[in-house]
Amino acid sequence: MNRFIGFLKKEFYHIFRDKRSMLILFGMPIVQILLFGYVINTDLKDVQMAVLDHSKDEYSAEIINKITSSGYFKLTENLESLEEADAVFRKGNVKVILVIEPDLGKNLIKNTAGNIQILTDASDPNTANLEVNYLQGILQNYNLEINRGKQTPLSIQAKSRMYFNANLESVFMFIPGIMATILMLVSAMMTSISIAREKELGTMEILLVSPLNPLQIILGKVAPYLVLSFINALVIIGMGYFIFGVPVLGSFALLMAESVLFIFLALSIGIFISTVSKNQQVAMMLSMFALMLPTIILSGFIFPIRNMPIPLQVFSNIIPPKWFIIILKNIMLKGVGIEYIWKETLILIAMTFGFIGLSLKKFKTRLE
Amino acid sequence: MNEKEKVIRVKNMYKKFGDFTANNDLSFEVSKGEIFGFLGANGAGKTTAIKILCGLSFPTSGEIKVAGFDVYTERESVKRNIGYMSQKFSLYEDLTVFENIRFYGGIYGLSKAEINSKADELLDKLDLQHARNKMISALPLGWKQKLAFSVAIFHNPEIVFLDEPTGGVDPVTRRQFWDLIYDASRAGITVFVTTHYMDEAEYCDRVSIMVDGKIEALDTPEKLKKQFNVDDMDQVFLSLARHATNIE
Repeated sequence: MNRFIGFLKKEFYHIFRDKRSMLILFGMPIVQILLFGYVINTDLKDVQMAVLDHSKDEYSAEIINKITSSGYFKLTENLESLEEADAVFRKGNVKVILVIEPDLGKNLIKNTAGNIQILTDASDPNTANLEVNYLQGILQNYNLEINRGKQTPLSIQAKSRMYFNANLESVFMFIPGIMATILMLVSAMMTSISIAREKELGTMEILLVSPLNPLQIILGKVAPYLVLSFINALVIIGMGYFIFGVPVLGSFALLMAESVLFIFLALSIGIFISTVSKNQQVAMMLSMFALMLPTIILSGFIFPIRNMPIPLQVFSNIIPPKWFIIILKNIMLKGVGIEYIWKETLILIAMTFGFIGLSLKKFKTRLE
Repeated sequence: MNEKEKVIRVKNMYKKFGDFTANNDLSFEVSKGEIFGFLGANGAGKTTAIKILCGLSFPTSGEIKVAGFDVYTERESVKRNIGYMSQKFSLYEDLTVFENIRFYGGIYGLSKAEINSKADELLDKLDLQHARNKMISALPLGWKQKLAFSVAIFHNPEIVFLDEPTGGVDPVTRRQFWDLIYDASRAGITVFVTTHYMDEAEYCDRVSIMVDGKIEALDTPEKLKKQFNVDDMDQVFLSLARHATNIE
């Protein structure tokens, strides 16, 4: 046991004395969260808007006036029919179309309710969501204004419709996505590099010749990263919750348990990578191309899997973070329990055992 | 502990990789405190043999005992009683001199008190007390090499395996390094050393020369020179290695 503690101590020295490791471990999660978080929260300014005004009365004119004078939106086009909407969005400049129903003023007075539809280009879902919120805010203000001193309140109802990404899937996606990326990076990439480094420097030989058995060596190498990854997971969830209000609706314990499972999986991938790479460079390249890129691109973190070509959709099934992101999303945003995510959990467990098995096999052939 | 005690016994050792025979019927014995030179061209099978003796790899067949323990069944005991140093010197660059000593002492199960007292002794002997808290990366190559060797025998092993320990080091430092090897040998530690430098072969008590997986010569440097009727070990080596087919 003393031997093992000495070993752990040395591992922590390696990590804490290496500026690059420290930066990846603690700088990166924070920078990523702030970056993604604030990119989502940027204010709108001069968003190009088209209007399809079927009503053309004083109410509609005033509404348009309110919106354009807010500074957030700029009227660039007047449309004649709804058929033009698609083409206008596809051109790319106009992000919002305001559709005002015929006889808005009359309906307001006769039925005390008028309808306005907001169409947005949701290919950039975060901005689309913001635009809708802003517009609804402006309309609500206007609503209050015209109701002042009236007994039966008139209401303008704004309905929004997202073009291209109707469910607005990735608004809160950045926290689960960053979580998967960081845990993958810290656990898999850093472990594989740190094991590969021992090989490269020749110290692995010394360790193998020593009375430490291979299991102790591997455990000693991965244990620090298990601890640090877990801290990272807490930091990410904490920052998401306190700074950006990303909720954790489901069980926190379940969330943590799934995170530990994913960390184990990432560690076993890291060990596997280190068994197939001779030096740090190879380990780094393998981690970058075999892990980081798929984690970012194919896991559904940034690009919705549904919109991918079929072969890539199939391929995304073997990307571990995909399943972890689904689990996180379900626990954090939908608040479900294990009964809804047991399948994904099983997949992660199976992958973990798969990689441990592969590494063991690789290790044994080396020893013969 | 008589003079004749054999700490390494190898009898008919074979190691095959598929069709390729890396070690072909090796048999030799090494006595306690002896400096045993293990020579051969690259690809002659030296590394394979050392790996087996260190418990890193299993032989295909043969009877092998290291420090009195069987390499098939008592690997843990073998490992506890040997030290190992490779040409990479294998110290952690981002740890200090003392931290390296403490780490290696620790993995061999030495107690804190033992490590502290022995580390002081060692640093005094190497005249490195002033560098105790310096990072290894700040040390010159010669110091690293001496320190690596001292760390390899820190836990008082029966045998220390040195795999080309003097690679890339200048002749003066090499000579100083060999003084350390003699010290260890006088203290009863058996030294099993591979080298490319034939002048170093002259420093060994006995030398074996491997060619194509077989030991072609094994004797004291003097007797080998006489046997091949030449002036130095270089020529002994060349006259044997000339017939090799497995040179890389």
